[in-house]
Amino acid sequence: MIVELGHFALVLALATAIYLTVVPIYGAQVGSARLMNVAAPAAGVLFLLTLLSFLSLVNAYVVSDFSVLNVWANSHTDKPLLYKITGVWGNHEGSMLLWVLILTLYGLAVALFSGNLPASLRARVLGVLGAVCVGFLLYIVTVSNPFERIPLDRAPVQGRGLNPILQDPALAAHPPLLYAGYVGFSVTFAFAIAALMEGKVDAAWARWVRPWTLAAWMFLTAGIAMGSWWAYYELGWGGWWFWDPVENASFMPWLAGVALLHSAIVVEKRNSLKVWTVLLAIVSFSLSLIGTFLVRSGVLSSVHAFAVDPERGVFILSLLVFFIGGSLFLYAIRANTLRTGGTFAPISREGALVVNNLLMSAATAAVFIGTLFPLVYEAVTGGGKITVGAPYFNLTFGILIMPLLLLIPVGPMLSWKRADLLPALQRLWVAAVAALIVAFFVVLWVDHRAFKAALGIGVGVWIVVGAIAEMLQRAMLFKAPLKVVLKRLATMPGQMLGMTLAHLGVGLVVMGAIISSTWKQELITSARPGETLKLAGFEITFLDESKVRGPDYVAEQARFQVKKDGRVLGIVTSEKRTFAGRAGMPTTEVGLMYFPTGDLYVAIGDKDSKGRVVRIYFNPFVYFLWLGAAFMVVGGITSLLDRRFRVGVPDRQKIPASAQPAQ
Amino acid sequence: MRGKIMTLILSLLVFFGTGSASFAVNPDEMLDDPVLEKRAREISKNLRCLVCQNENIDESNADLARDLRILLRERLKAGDTDEEAVQYLVDRYGEYVLLKPRFGLHTLLLWTGPFIVLLIGGLGLYYTRRRMQQNAAAARIEADLTEEEKKRLQELLKSESETAAKTP
Repeated sequence: MIVELGHFALVLALATAIYLTVVPIYGAQVGSARLMNVAAPAAGVLFLLTLLSFLSLVNAYVVSDFSVLNVWANSHTDKPLLYKITGVWGNHEGSMLLWVLILTLYGLAVALFSGNLPASLRARVLGVLGAVCVGFLLYIVTVSNPFERIPLDRAPVQGRGLNPILQDPALAAHPPLLYAGYVGFSVTFAFAIAALMEGKVDAAWARWVRPWTLAAWMFLTAGIAMGSWWAYYELGWGGWWFWDPVENASFMPWLAGVALLHSAIVVEKRNSLKVWTVLLAIVSFSLSLIGTFLVRSGVLSSVHAFAVDPERGVFILSLLVFFIGGSLFLYAIRANTLRTGGTFAPISREGALVVNNLLMSAATAAVFIGTLFPLVYEAVTGGGKITVGAPYFNLTFGILIMPLLLLIPVGPMLSWKRADLLPALQRLWVAAVAALIVAFFVVLWVDHRAFKAALGIGVGVWIVVGAIAEMLQRAMLFKAPLKVVLKRLATMPGQMLGMTLAHLGVGLVVMGAIISSTWKQELITSARPGETLKLAGFEITFLDESKVRGPDYVAEQARFQVKKDGRVLGIVTSEKRTFAGRAGMPTTEVGLMYFPTGDLYVAIGDKDSKGRVVRIYFNPFVYFLWLGAAFMVVGGITSLLDRRFRVGVPDRQKIPASAQPAQ
Repeated sequence: MRGKIMTLILSLLVFFGTGSASFAVNPDEMLDDPVLEKRAREISKNLRCLVCQNENIDESNADLARDLRILLRERLKAGDTDEEAVQYLVDRYGEYVLLKPRFGLHTLLLWTGPFIVLLIGGLGLYYTRRRMQQNAAAARIEADLTEEEKKRLQELLKSESETAAKTP
């Protein structure tokens, strides 16, 4: 009964979404305040209905109602409660429902916080969000129904169990975070479309768009980082990024989001680059849609997968064409109504942000082309197959991103409108010296042959020290008394601090990626209990192995004692788990021991004639990757907390919200 | 229905192996000669496990990847150079086995695409900037003129357009 209620609420939500799309946008067109005002309450109702629907599905999972096809296919009575709940979005239908739930939540948030937006802009933004909802709800209701029942007389007593690989805290949180990111770009998109309808983009518009972009980008960053961390400790050989299509699908909107964040700054501060920013907002959301859908339709593995499920495939394709094509068409006919303002010299803060956008777009294009090329190739040549893998991406993406990385510390040193490069570079001498010292140190003392890696690490140091130097100079270090410096640091605007933290995070990621991939050490061998293995100065003794039983799995467990310089550092355990209902897919639980210089990583495989297969890796500084991502997220939060973002909050000082008047 | 139940993460499964018991490169496959083994590992990283998605044979758990790893090592032991060993696999399995597609007419768009985007972007930027400069210059010249001069300029422009209109 509750299941039917959920299904019913979903259909009602669809009706509400249609209402939300049609009425306010029409109202804005004819200038009727009454019609425009229905947008906010409708967004609220839409959220409540979707929530009701989602909760009823969650309930079906919690009580293990196997008469629901979706629950039967993805759950099991022995599952811990946490994984029963996360199982809701561990499958196609449920995750699409989660997508819509997050979308309606964003809609509600926009409705709540947009009270002081111009009425027509607000109505249009909410209306466009409603339209996106219509598309997705229609998809769920017609071809992806999570509430589908198995006839009661044939309902099974036990479910098939959640995919074992999904039974992990990081991967449980990964989809919601990723979706919060994808869906967040729909708000930016709605603002862009509304702006095209209004024919107006101004600094106030940018001040609205930026926090939403920032929020979406932050969630996406966290989601991607979590996914990569999961891959690192779960897959059993220490890789963390594979350039596979699923990862690329989330990476493309992330890259476009970075570009968008930076160009929105120019719109906000200088009232320039408006047309381009609107286009980027459309592109970011389009890439999110492509990311969600291409992954889900299975088309990425082969064009044939598309044909296996033509119903959904065609629907997905139509939705993509409608939203992407429609918005680009609107852009083409309306973009010239947006006036460009504010000129600037090539060497200026704006100029640097434009270069960022240019390189970022090209890098996004590299990922996009590489991801979709095999698909297009297969379609064009009539079945011809080609592979585009990691070596391609490392090469093209690497070439395009390197100059951008080099420019990161330079941009913030340049002044708006017109700047001199030389003084800006002079202010970065500390960073340059630090980068050179570290690079020389690496080549001379660590590894004579690692010339390229040394350069890469130098770039990382350049970014990190450059970010810190910029912040300290902003605080007038060595130019003002210490008290003043400290005060300036403490009262530094959240936006500036956020930028410093995020850039610092990029530097850390660069270093982590290069160090861990260049100096990773590994030992793959077979061993019996009692044997001692040596790697990276560690002595790892295989203590024993045993069978252990979890709530819904059995595992072979091996314990290893870790010693260094004769001192026992502790014990790591590594498991190989087999889950109930999914015997064919054993998962690995890696034993990890963390050190300031890197992670010791122990995974076990099968038994063979010489004992058990053991893989031991030492991954130096690999944690810099996730530390860097954390810095980016914290930077985003810091920037979001900036008072200036909170439109409507009275300013502490009597200075207008934007210190630099728009020109 | 099974085919329909696909998720973002479920599809990861397809990529990371089909759950066969073996597990990336295994000790029993490895060559005793460390130099040869190192070469095999490096080459493996650029070869695709054909039944997986974009996963190299060094990392793949699939049985086929294991067969390819062993085959590759046999070729190296037989004295093949790196190129010969790779070519041997390409002859057998097609270019599909290469994770880094060869540069050629068929991959021209793939390899040049990102840089064409960069070029187009750069050119677009150049022309936008030039147009903006011209607009700004025009605005500046106009601003510098006195009221009287502006009036004269208007008249001149007007008479010129009139003469232009009169001439057939």
